[in-house]
Amino acid sequence: MTETLAATTTEMMSIASARLLKDGQVCFVGIGLPSAPANLARLTQAPGVVLIYESGPIGAMPTVLPLSIGDGELALTADTVVSTPEIFRYWLQGNRIDIGFLGAAQIDRFANLNTTVIGPYAKPKIRLPGAGGAPEIASSAKEVFIILRQSKRTFVNKVDFITSIGFGDGGDHRARLKLPGKGPTKVVTDLCIMEPAAGTNELTVTHLHEGVTREQVIENTGWPVQFADTVDTIAPATEAELNALRELQRRTMIAHGMDSGE
Amino acid sequence: MTPDVIFDQMIGAGCARKLIFSWGGNPGVGSLHRLRDAVENEWPHALELEEHSHADLANAYVAGASNLPFAVMRGYAGGDLPKYNPTIKTIVCPFTGEELAAVPSIRPDVSVIHAQKADRKGNILLWGILGVQKEAILSAKRSIVTVEEMVDELDAPPNACILPGWAIDRVCVVPRGATPSYAHGYYERDNRFYKAWDNISRERDSFEQWIKAHIYDVADFDQYLQEAQ
Repeated sequence: MTETLAATTTEMMSIASARLLKDGQVCFVGIGLPSAPANLARLTQAPGVVLIYESGPIGAMPTVLPLSIGDGELALTADTVVSTPEIFRYWLQGNRIDIGFLGAAQIDRFANLNTTVIGPYAKPKIRLPGAGGAPEIASSAKEVFIILRQSKRTFVNKVDFITSIGFGDGGDHRARLKLPGKGPTKVVTDLCIMEPAAGTNELTVTHLHEGVTREQVIENTGWPVQFADTVDTIAPATEAELNALRELQRRTMIAHGMDSGE
Repeated sequence: MTPDVIFDQMIGAGCARKLIFSWGGNPGVGSLHRLRDAVENEWPHALELEEHSHADLANAYVAGASNLPFAVMRGYAGGDLPKYNPTIKTIVCPFTGEELAAVPSIRPDVSVIHAQKADRKGNILLWGILGVQKEAILSAKRSIVTVEEMVDELDAPPNACILPGWAIDRVCVVPRGATPSYAHGYYERDNRFYKAWDNISRERDSFEQWIKAHIYDVADFDQYLQEAQ
């Protein structure tokens, strides 16, 4: 029997997300948190996953995580590099993306994402970077996975600004808008996995990380969060997953001129 | 599209009245603090924002290069950006009745890009991550291309990304012209500077000291590069 190594909650968030990607799927990788799980999936159970970045690389196989999605490493290791207009027109709008993988600063109960402002738009308390490619990824990818850390600040009842649509006001709102993609199907956090409930499309807890309690999730969610009838426990990290992730992070830190940690 | 540290420097120095953009951050590091200070606190003065998504601006450059009045695309449905940016409109497809987003084409007065090589006729070869560089040049009223080097022959295969010299107004040889970013095949991105910028730009004082020492008090780009080493 393999001895289970202790993964941090952040590592478990990446590992649980990586497991969701299937071999051979085409994944549009958003800026920030999604890059680690997308590449971890490629290095573990989904070696044939095709990673696409909005800067143009198709089939990128970086040995280190990009600091910027414009990093040369992505271009060097890709099957091809196309222009940014082409990425959005032929590949995303052209319905060739299975999974859009996004991060966010804020998410609400219907999985709408905010990366624009905290507070009013004209006079924001915090000005965030903005939309990037996310609105089109959220509307056009066949399915969307979202990864972000969970707290009352990030999981809010209603986002201050809908940068990228999830299920709008819930229910069949997304269908009424005639958006091409199915929308968010999984939200992975450092505490749990949420999925839209059938009918309402409200985010509902379906899985908990090992050792996480329902109370912890409730305390860190800005709406009265519901739990699915069956809530499964997420399997702990395997040695292979954890080694692959830590190796990837170590190579990345060295390449970016940061401390290599331990 | 993605203003980063150079734009942050210009905004902090008071050189920008308006920013048209789709993502304004320090990639992999965090905020652009000077951009945030301008938007949140109007320092050094108010900054007008015209905000889009990447797909929108990429399409708008294509429309500009194509000499069309607007670009058409899916996306934005259900999002809040069109509420705050009046240039984003919807149109109905005359063939299918589908509602689509329309945005006006971009026609910059001047576009400046950096590429790897030029030959003596001014033909430009660029490779790696192309972004919207070709579209930015072809949509502009005037264009400037800076290159790492000038060569006798480009030695490019037939489908390489080449901008013919006659389609460009000026070519300037500026080695390390992409600093602190990278030029594929020439030098790496200076990730340490991007990380250092987070601290330099966080406070107004440290930003002003930096901009005085590294921009105002240097004679030219060569001296700037020497001091940056």
